[in-house]
Amino acid sequence: MSLIRKMLRGIGLAATALTALTAMPQAQAQAQEPIKVGILHSLSGTMAISETTLKDVMLMLIEEQNKKGGVLGRKLEAVVVDPASNWPLFAEKARELITVQKVSAVFGCWTSVSRKSVLPVFEELNNVLFYPVQYEGEESSKNVFYTGAAPNQQAIPAVDYLMAEEKVQRWVLAGTDYVYPRTTNKILEAYLKSKGVKDEDILINYTPFGHADWQNIVAQIKRFGSAGKKTAVVSTINGDANVPFYKELGNQGIKATDIPVVAFSVGEEELAGIDTKPLVGHLAAWNYFMSVDNAENKAFIEKWKAFTKNAKRVTNDPMEAHVIGFNMWIKAIEKAGTPDPAKVIPAMIGIAVPNLSGGFSAMMPNHHITKPVLIGEIKEDGQFNVVWQTPGTVVAEEWSPHLEGSRDLISDWRSPLSCGNFNVKTGKCGGASK
Amino acid sequence: MNRTATLICLVLVLGGALLLAAGNQLAAPGSTFHVPTYVISLVGKYLCYAMLALALDLVWGYAGILSLGHAAFFALGGYAMGMYLMRQIGTRGMYGNAILPDFMVFLNWKELPWYWHGFDNPGFAILMVLLVPGLLALVFGWLAFRSRVSGVYLSIITQALTFALLLAFFRNDMGFGGNNGLTDFKDIFGYRLQADSTRTALLIASAVFLCLMLLVARFIVTSRFGKVLIAVRDTEARTRFLGYRPERYKLFVFVVSAIMAGIGGALYVPQVGIINPSEFSPANSIEAVIWVAVGGRGTLVGAILGAILVNGGKTFFTGALPEIWLFALGALFILVTLFLPHGVLGLFRRREKARSTKPAQGTVTEPAE
Amino acid sequence: MLLLRRALFALALLLAAFPARAQDPFAGLAGSGFDDIRRGIEALATAAPPQAAPTIAALQAGTLLTGPGGVLVIKQGDTLIDARTGQPAQGVTAAGLRPVRVNNAVRRAAEAAMGSLTLFSPDTATRRKAAEAVFKSRDPASLEPLARAIAAEKIPAIRAEMEEARAALLLAIPATPEPEKLAAVATLRERGDLDARALLANLKDQPAAVARAAADAVTHIERMEQLWAVAQGIFYGLSLGSVLLLAAAGLAITFGVMGVINMAHGEMVMIGAYTTFVIQDIIRTSAPGLFDYSLFLAVPAAFIVSGGLGIAIERGLIRFLYGRPLETLLATWGLSLVLQQAVRSIFGPTNREVGTPSWMSGAAEWGGLTITWNRFTIIIFAMMVLAALMATLRYTSLGLRMRAVTQNRRMAASMGIRTPWIDALTFGLGSGVAGMAGVALSQIDNVSPNLGQSYIIDSFLVVVFGGVGNLWGTLVSALTLGIVNKFLEPLAGAVLGKIVVLVLVILFIQRKPRGMFPIKGRAVEA
Repeated sequence: MSLIRKMLRGIGLAATALTALTAMPQAQAQAQEPIKVGILHSLSGTMAISETTLKDVMLMLIEEQNKKGGVLGRKLEAVVVDPASNWPLFAEKARELITVQKVSAVFGCWTSVSRKSVLPVFEELNNVLFYPVQYEGEESSKNVFYTGAAPNQQAIPAVDYLMAEEKVQRWVLAGTDYVYPRTTNKILEAYLKSKGVKDEDILINYTPFGHADWQNIVAQIKRFGSAGKKTAVVSTINGDANVPFYKELGNQGIKATDIPVVAFSVGEEELAGIDTKPLVGHLAAWNYFMSVDNAENKAFIEKWKAFTKNAKRVTNDPMEAHVIGFNMWIKAIEKAGTPDPAKVIPAMIGIAVPNLSGGFSAMMPNHHITKPVLIGEIKEDGQFNVVWQTPGTVVAEEWSPHLEGSRDLISDWRSPLSCGNFNVKTGKCGGASK
Repeated sequence: MNRTATLICLVLVLGGALLLAAGNQLAAPGSTFHVPTYVISLVGKYLCYAMLALALDLVWGYAGILSLGHAAFFALGGYAMGMYLMRQIGTRGMYGNAILPDFMVFLNWKELPWYWHGFDNPGFAILMVLLVPGLLALVFGWLAFRSRVSGVYLSIITQALTFALLLAFFRNDMGFGGNNGLTDFKDIFGYRLQADSTRTALLIASAVFLCLMLLVARFIVTSRFGKVLIAVRDTEARTRFLGYRPERYKLFVFVVSAIMAGIGGALYVPQVGIINPSEFSPANSIEAVIWVAVGGRGTLVGAILGAILVNGGKTFFTGALPEIWLFALGALFILVTLFLPHGVLGLFRRREKARSTKPAQGTVTEPAE
Repeated sequence: MLLLRRALFALALLLAAFPARAQDPFAGLAGSGFDDIRRGIEALATAAPPQAAPTIAALQAGTLLTGPGGVLVIKQGDTLIDARTGQPAQGVTAAGLRPVRVNNAVRRAAEAAMGSLTLFSPDTATRRKAAEAVFKSRDPASLEPLARAIAAEKIPAIRAEMEEARAALLLAIPATPEPEKLAAVATLRERGDLDARALLANLKDQPAAVARAAADAVTHIERMEQLWAVAQGIFYGLSLGSVLLLAAAGLAITFGVMGVINMAHGEMVMIGAYTTFVIQDIIRTSAPGLFDYSLFLAVPAAFIVSGGLGIAIERGLIRFLYGRPLETLLATWGLSLVLQQAVRSIFGPTNREVGTPSWMSGAAEWGGLTITWNRFTIIIFAMMVLAALMATLRYTSLGLRMRAVTQNRRMAASMGIRTPWIDALTFGLGSGVAGMAGVALSQIDNVSPNLGQSYIIDSFLVVVFGGVGNLWGTLVSALTLGIVNKFLEPLAGAVLGKIVVLVLVILFIQRKPRGMFPIKGRAVEA
């Protein structure tokens, strides 16, 4: 009997804790003073390595905005949660942010799977997500603003550069086996073939996440590159796998002057963990580099170093994407006169803010932004030397014309079309997005 | 005593689920009794984890099989359900393709792979939820138990199994959506997944299935069969000399457990809205072991309690202490092992001598001897 | 008509003016576009004034500065040297100057130019580099200096390389007579590496006999390559195997000998890697000259840090759990979470840079075999660690006690051995070895809080596959898994290869339920 009483007492305690847990934030939200901003970046697990920085950037931006008096006379308040690199947890946390914490927008996610996991939540609850990382495209949701690059804002200009400047004729497309590399490589393959590159001059290779032993693959690249034609590697290798890959490249003596490697997922942050001396001259294509020389960028770097109290901290492309996204969101709130997502979403389209690469980025009706494309060569100090840049900004092709399934699709979230996947052949809005 | 605990557990799970459901469906939003949908799907998720924990406790607590790959069965059941949900999307996908799921369209697949056929039929899908984990467990268990792989060797190859499956499902060429997995589900058995009523129904279904499983598991372990099972756990060699065939007992309970885990996975997927290869990751299986240990191994009810407690803690800490919650979780595991050797449930029965359910020791060679 | 003639005259004058301006062979380097700079380098190499080589070397090193008015100076420490004269620059200050911009095309041109400019350098390494550069650039203008260099060269190995470069050049010049071309093909066939293959495969517009000889040579090289590929595969396998061995060696003690399911083993490895980072950081700031020896300091440091932590863990946690081995799994898993997060809090979530000492960088070519020094060092290191471990267990009194305690604790205690102390030391030893593994892994992998996680499964697999409690088994198992993996990878791809290995291990355990080298006796049934 005493056992039952004990158990009941325990359960009672748990229940009170649970109610307190759910009720407490609600009570806070009812005060309705500050505008809440959700930050949904992994602070632990495998993705923490990339995402933690983005959380810090958001905290800095919010602090700055509050120093300027917030927006609409209201302060901003950051709500940080840790989805722990666990995809179902991303969805759970997104729901918590929106329904329990009542945030007005969420800045977060890294990698498509986390975005795909939270997407239905944002659509159901009609809230806003700003996604700051380059991705494979093939998506346009009413509730997501994609501030990272679509493939045509990164991959295709890079290949063009290599063809024109380095006279590359033979291509290794090396990537981690997930959707972004798969799609990017599909697009690149179609693009290269349209430029007259033959099948036997393209080598495609996929490896698992966190692949650590690159000996064979680097040797294979070396062999592939010895067929007498100028060869380059287009790398969509993700995250942690890059360090061992570049170390092996350096040790097997593949120099940028022989076989240049152009990467789409390697930025300043990643290079900070590598000895870059053997890698000088290898390339990366981004929409922003820390080394870009202009006043806006300089000011941003200063602020960042001061905020993190670390003079060695670097900035990178996804950080810039959050800066752009955040500034756009602030402007949209001012334009809409309310932080209510339902009003902010339509207000977002057409907003232009300065980006940090010198110029303006505008939010297009497809919920993607215009971006300049920069090609940088790795320098000894782990920074990039910008060797080429598009004359203006490039508009994102969220539906790639190089892929069969998406050739006829367009996205335009302005009324009356208001559709993320409108098929121009059938004249119908394709999917479930109403 | 065990019977009372089971009863309390049944009442709490069912009653709790019904209360929450009523709070969500009947109370008006804004009233103090209203339960937000967020809580509904959260609790539903915990209950699915509880099924996995229960399944694991059945093999670990009563047959001494420490499976470090049990999440594989959970994920397989989830994938079977996910494939059904995927086919239900029909023309509402991004590309509006009636047959092919979105990820196949955009990787230029022309037709549905053979193993996707039939999943548009709910009956077939449910059959697969039971069959796929069950068959895998049957084959794997038959191979392993027949050749008397036991103890830590068994644990490590179960881990290898789930790791191999993780890598396999991760490959885009496998046709299961690669790392992104299956997502963007629309409806289940004709009901809209995003509707509160559907979520509530899923929660109740989870509670009912959990209770059924608890009853089945209890029936197994309290039967004559269960006594032999415990004998096998404690001294396998002696049981064999007594004329029993331990491998058959283990195999049976392993398959039952895999099916339970599969059902858990199948109910889990519609409630969280995504299934992807990370569910196969060995860390998930180890976590499931930890739920059981936290609750109390070899008690069935403890497994359920542990799953709910640990996951509830995770939900709370990742929101409240995002920067340092791993310290809290890690410390919890360490403290529970040090001070609650029989799990949280052990707290309630510290004074009782639970000799019959005391877990066996020495599944692994000890430094002693 | 007159008008036209006048116009032509004017044009001729204008054209004549150009070479006059191009008199300054350095002018191009001060240009702004990459193309100007590249052409400038080529012009400089052709004109070959005495200051050409130091100037281009400075360009490569990033110390060649330019400024308004075509100023070109080389920065040496705090002094500025006029690139054109080699004398200290007068009236030029560093302010307003910027380094000459470099991209891959410029870098290539610089390398080629340095080739022909440094063929006569007194330094042997430079001459070798020069020969290699000429081989790659195949600039016909280098033919004459190269011939002179060959005649003057005393060292046979360098002369051979120069001969190869000459062969490459001869094939690139259409006017070369056929017999010489055939001889050149033979020289390159002899060289037999991928560069030679690339060159031969890409020959165009050659006489039939030469083309045939070249095609023949390519087939020959490819056949040799395939033979070498087997040896290369074995090296790759050994290398992967030695990494697995290192990662598993510590576990073979804590788990294999003591029976503690130590899920925090990976974190011990990670802490070893971070110790390396800290040691290097200290050396970088206090004694940069010693950087090449940093690893010699890091190995004992990592052993002590991880080993000390191991002892602390044993004393503070694991000793309460003996007799409850499965619960150590739970506690050490919790511990691994705490350690990961602690490292993340202290060092930040991003990768930390661990440098490779110069003696571990690069690779040696040996026939068709490429042996990267870091991998080679790791193989040797792994073997040394294992040998030391075995020797400790076998020949030291500590080892004797460890074995006594693990074999029969009560008897050992009766003989006066302080068993708890031995337990702590054994666990410390295993953890320390894991720390040393971390030093090695920091050379090939990320140094991040997740480092340990990626090796824990493999480590357990290696120990179990080899047979718990048997160090020889661990060795054979690690090398077998490494080699099988590396031979499967080219056939099945990296992902599928790994799956196949896992399935093979699972099937193997069914055949031999206690690993490759099971320990016999009753104790195992306990």
